[in-house]
Amino acid sequence: MGSFVQYTVQGLAAGGFYALAALGLAVIFGVLGVVNFSHGACYMLGAVGAAVLLDTTNLGFWPALLIVPLVMFVFGVLMERLLVQWLLRLDPLYNFLLTFGLTLLLVDLVKRRYGVSGLPYQLPAGLDGNVTLGSLSLSAYQIFACLFSLAVCVVVWAVLTKTRVGMIVRAATENSERTRALGINVTRWVTPVFGFGIALAGLAGVLAAPFRAITADMGSNFVIILFAVVVIGGLGSILGAVVGGFLVGLVEAYGQAYAPSFAQVVIFVLMAVVVLVRPSGLFGREGVA
Amino acid sequence: MTARVDVDLAEGPVLSRRSPLRWVLFVLGWVIALALPWFVYPPVAMDIAAWGLFAMSVDLLLGFTGLLSFGHAAFWGSSAYVTGLVAINTGWPFPSAILAGMVFAMVIAVPIGYLSVRRTGIYFAMVTLAFAQMIYFVANQWRDLTGGENGLQGIPRNFFGIDAIETDAFYFYYVGLGLVLLGVFVAWRVVHSPFGRVLVAIRDNPARVRALGYNVERYKIIAFVISAGLAGLAGGVFAISHGFASLQELNWTTSGKVVLITVLGGIGTLWGGPVGAAIVVSLEDWLASSGFEGTGIILGGIFVLIVLLFRHGVWGTGRQIASWVQRRRRQNTRS
Repeated sequence: MGSFVQYTVQGLAAGGFYALAALGLAVIFGVLGVVNFSHGACYMLGAVGAAVLLDTTNLGFWPALLIVPLVMFVFGVLMERLLVQWLLRLDPLYNFLLTFGLTLLLVDLVKRRYGVSGLPYQLPAGLDGNVTLGSLSLSAYQIFACLFSLAVCVVVWAVLTKTRVGMIVRAATENSERTRALGINVTRWVTPVFGFGIALAGLAGVLAAPFRAITADMGSNFVIILFAVVVIGGLGSILGAVVGGFLVGLVEAYGQAYAPSFAQVVIFVLMAVVVLVRPSGLFGREGVA
Repeated sequence: MTARVDVDLAEGPVLSRRSPLRWVLFVLGWVIALALPWFVYPPVAMDIAAWGLFAMSVDLLLGFTGLLSFGHAAFWGSSAYVTGLVAINTGWPFPSAILAGMVFAMVIAVPIGYLSVRRTGIYFAMVTLAFAQMIYFVANQWRDLTGGENGLQGIPRNFFGIDAIETDAFYFYYVGLGLVLLGVFVAWRVVHSPFGRVLVAIRDNPARVRALGYNVERYKIIAFVISAGLAGLAGGVFAISHGFASLQELNWTTSGKVVLITVLGGIGTLWGGPVGAAIVVSLEDWLASSGFEGTGIILGGIFVLIVLLFRHGVWGTGRQIASWVQRRRRQNTRS
């Protein structure tokens, strides 16, 4: 039983990264209609960014948690202005392919600059211990990562549902044409939303840095699991991304614990079942495809 | 949101059936295919042919059915493994091993296709990508059979004891080319058949095709399985040519590379596949021989540029120029 709780915490922590990154993916898709293949690469850049920040300026985990997402925001804005915007009018497949090319480019650039072996990163001070609850001993950092990503998801949800900006973004997600017809300048929000989505991927990367191996390839597998997450949750849905993220994190953790050789396969089996039973995803609406 | 890609197939063939240029292209294609190993290193020539067919199989779905498969490595790679396993364990002549690999690819394409065609457009790409990654993990875990990270080594190239073909890559090329051309013929037949016209109609207006009484999903699944078979044939030839099959063949980068080749050649052109393959394979070969390691930087950069600036690809651009010249000429004769 004790180990079960441990796996659950582990799964929720990993699920937090998936949820954060998938949230970014979902928001970008909602407003721009772009599936960003380079989301995994941005997650990797976030983790590498945290490691480089520590190495060059000696700024640790807490400043990185703020600085790296800001830098990634700027990166996302540049990406949208320089590349993505030119293809927005065409079929979404073209931006999918564009960001795929960008992924190859980014991964290989990082590989050549920082090598293929992992960059070092420690658990932040104060979170490196274990929390003991009765007979249980849980990693403090995993609990923090899980709670922190949950908090960010709640904040994003609150912004989306309680503010005017959130209302515009949701309206644009729902029906971009009609929102425009009501006199709202959707185009103005496209660039910041893209930057915000990329910043979320970067934030997930920073959170993952202390307990994942930081390599140029860390995002390659991540992005594919992320796709499974949004297919499970329903790509048009914000809630779907968050629930799907935590669900996949849990499934992966239990898989690793009880059937290690099938841990990754289980996620895709789950996806296959969802596609079979509810093609539009758990929280997706019919006809959004 | 239906998948609508920049193709102008609806206009029909640009060059009329009797146009001399058609014959020139036809003869030129044969001459290049047959003369290739004289000019480039024979194994590289075989790579070009195999990747060319692989790209055609992707184009059959992307250009003619409107489905972007981002998981075709699953069929190319699994066929490479099955071909290798059959060749190692039975010692059959390699075409039968490749046939086994191809059949296997088609068999796994049935459930993957059945599930994937439930979604369209960008979802289809994501779902196929995820299933391909699942196959990758299975191959990675099933070490006893696939050799895990080491891959399958020492795949024999048995061919009825004919020494020249079994050992010399130059002669092997012609047998391999024969198999690839069979696949090319199938792709060409599919596109120019009534079945292929239905696929194009599905690409352009699925709702209408459904209203006309066609079972859209079944057509898509059949196209998917045929495409997987062609990818499997190409993967089998590739595995025999190299004498090994590795996890790289199943990785998503392989799926991406073949889409890159297809787009570079021209979506919806079929013949763009071999053209794109020739460019990408020789570029990679040149980069590898010059000792440059960041292949991804070059390929990724090219991909970004093509998608931004050159979406019709080499063959598609050629076709546009041809149709422009034709229109000009027609206008001149009229006036």
